[in-house]
Amino acid sequence: MSDADDGPEQPVAATPPEELAETQDSGTERAARETPPSIPLRVRNLRKRFGGITAVDGASFEVEAGSVTGLIGPNGAGKSTTFNCITGVHEPDGGAVYFDGEEITGLSPPEIANRGLVRTFQIARELEEMSVLENMMLAPPHQRGEKLVNAVTPGLRDDVIEQEIELREAVWETLELFEIDHLAEEYAGNLSGGQRKLLELARALMADPEMLLLDEPFAGVNPTLEEKLLDRIHDLTEQGYTFLLVEHDMDLIMQNCEHVIVMHQGNVLASGTPAEIRDDERVVEAYLGGEV
Amino acid sequence: MSLGDRAWAAVPAYFKANDVRLVAGLLLGTYVLYGVSSAFLAAVNNASMANAVINEIASITFLIAVYALLALALNLHWGYTGLFNIGIAGFMAVGVYAMSILAASPTASPPGLGLPVPVAVVGALLITAVVGGLAALPALQLDADYLAIVTVGLSEIIRLVLNASYFAGTVTDPEASGYNVVDVFGITFGTGGGQGISTPSSGPARAIYETETGLTPIGEVVYGAADAAGVGTSVVTDGTYALVLLLGFVTAYYVLLSRIGNSPFGRVLKAIREDELVARSLGKDTRLFKIKVFMVGCALMGLGGILWQGSYGYVNPNTFRPIVTFYIFTALIVGGAGSNTGSVVGGAVFAAFLLEGPRQVAGLVTAVSQLLFGSLPSAPNFYAAMVSLDPLTWLGYLVDSVAYLKFVFLGAVLVYLMQNRPDGIMGHRKETAASVDLSDRTVRGNGGESDE
Repeated sequence: MSDADDGPEQPVAATPPEELAETQDSGTERAARETPPSIPLRVRNLRKRFGGITAVDGASFEVEAGSVTGLIGPNGAGKSTTFNCITGVHEPDGGAVYFDGEEITGLSPPEIANRGLVRTFQIARELEEMSVLENMMLAPPHQRGEKLVNAVTPGLRDDVIEQEIELREAVWETLELFEIDHLAEEYAGNLSGGQRKLLELARALMADPEMLLLDEPFAGVNPTLEEKLLDRIHDLTEQGYTFLLVEHDMDLIMQNCEHVIVMHQGNVLASGTPAEIRDDERVVEAYLGGEV
Repeated sequence: MSLGDRAWAAVPAYFKANDVRLVAGLLLGTYVLYGVSSAFLAAVNNASMANAVINEIASITFLIAVYALLALALNLHWGYTGLFNIGIAGFMAVGVYAMSILAASPTASPPGLGLPVPVAVVGALLITAVVGGLAALPALQLDADYLAIVTVGLSEIIRLVLNASYFAGTVTDPEASGYNVVDVFGITFGTGGGQGISTPSSGPARAIYETETGLTPIGEVVYGAADAAGVGTSVVTDGTYALVLLLGFVTAYYVLLSRIGNSPFGRVLKAIREDELVARSLGKDTRLFKIKVFMVGCALMGLGGILWQGSYGYVNPNTFRPIVTFYIFTALIVGGAGSNTGSVVGGAVFAAFLLEGPRQVAGLVTAVSQLLFGSLPSAPNFYAAMVSLDPLTWLGYLVDSVAYLKFVFLGAVLVYLMQNRPDGIMGHRKETAASVDLSDRTVRGNGGESDE
């Protein structure tokens, strides 16, 4: 199959050919400049090696604003590594990531999160010995009381308290929206798997993101909660948030995403609407384990 | 229900209602036990009862206060942020030595900078904070256990450098072969090496009562009253100092650390302890937080060192062996890591019962058996004591060995606590990391604003 060789020459179904050609022969700055505002996330030719294993091998894709985009692929396709490279957990060996037209390749996770690109984790990572409320209160960016001086100095602390009261209100509203306000006082460690996923999404939302990257948000979630999570995601999309989901469950992605990216062996095999992906024989082959 | 749970359940609800009552109740109980026991001992030995009781209470208050101070400082690192700092003794040493060198006269041996003591103390805190900040740099890259090795290593390096004769400053003649004064851009000083160094004051509270020429007005009244009661002046000054430490410094540390903990800053610290990647993924630059916490915590440890080891008038590097660090860890574990009240309670329980308790009990046992059976026979070694087949010899041997046996006791208590009450004697405590009551939903209510 043609996509076995690596490199930026990789044809990506959803990318218009002329745009792709441009990106190839122009430098990274040009690509950044030309990223239209309707494409918040653009990944170009991303590579990541771990020792002898090439986990991501020239992946390129983009995510449209206000969409729910699914990133699927068989085990070991490089989805999570791609995720970690985008969010700064791993530094990519090559390629570039643009967010809102600016290159964010190799920035640290907090820098990326502060730009409005916030992630959740495959296995919900709650701050277990902290209450649900504390978990939520942690997330809002640039809190006054995060400065040590403001936290301890008598006069300055009043401003901190004022802001905390405002944040507390926002936190309770968000907890109600996600219907976990009855768990507010509970330690996060005592929540069920599904509740943790809800909390994690709610917490990410408190970080004031523009775009959310969700790593397997439905793993281990019962159907009722899954429905609830999906409703929230669709509501939020309507409010203008952009989502990129990594998911194993093919049906779930096909039913809920406007756009699907399929990864295989470290690069993007296909990209398009669910209908296009369903009809793509390369995808079927990859999932059924055909020789590539 | 374990023994620990039972003991905790037996504490009257009145004391458990709030933390001030709890700590006050604990101190009161301790004082009653120590007061009665020292009064009894004084009666047996025909000594002045008031002097003995006040002396005993002063010395136990001092130990409670210093262990509480250091446990509080450690709680910021380990309890709150999860930073496994086992270099406490080293940071204490930096504080005490920096103060001593800054305050020592330039003509003394070893020479110092001759600054006024308050300036020297502030300078020492800044220096400790900087050393703490430097120690934090590897912490940015390292996992908990590696950080522990770095900090204990640093602590030993500090102690050995202070012990080295190269920097001692004891041979001040530049022509002499053993010249060892440190000279940095013309500023000369020395550490005293293995001989140790003089700290500015022995008995810091004495200034309240005495001037260089005589007594202050307060001094005349207090010393007069003490004399009438048969209490020595040194007991009065020691007691005053211990009281200042307990009521002034422990309270100040507690308030400061509660403010740090109950704030958005403290929330990020807790998040670092729980899962640093989550905090980073939510946009918190955890490296900055770790450096700040290291600087503040180390400065507090330095001040703890100054108030403790710096108050005897003389100190040497062997005071700062790693065992001191482990004592403070034990105090924090006993009280419950992560809780400021727990740190104070832990400091008190550790100092009064684990560290000093065995000695006090041994003293009582000796006195009681003296009354009942005459003086206890003492055996030269364990074997001799065993084969004597005499319970009184066994008892005598036990009492003689109490200085060593207390470590066995300490170990046993730790093992028990780890298995049955890993959250400390008060059990798990919820100290919410926020400056407001998060459960209170009033937007501009009255309930939420109070933070202390």
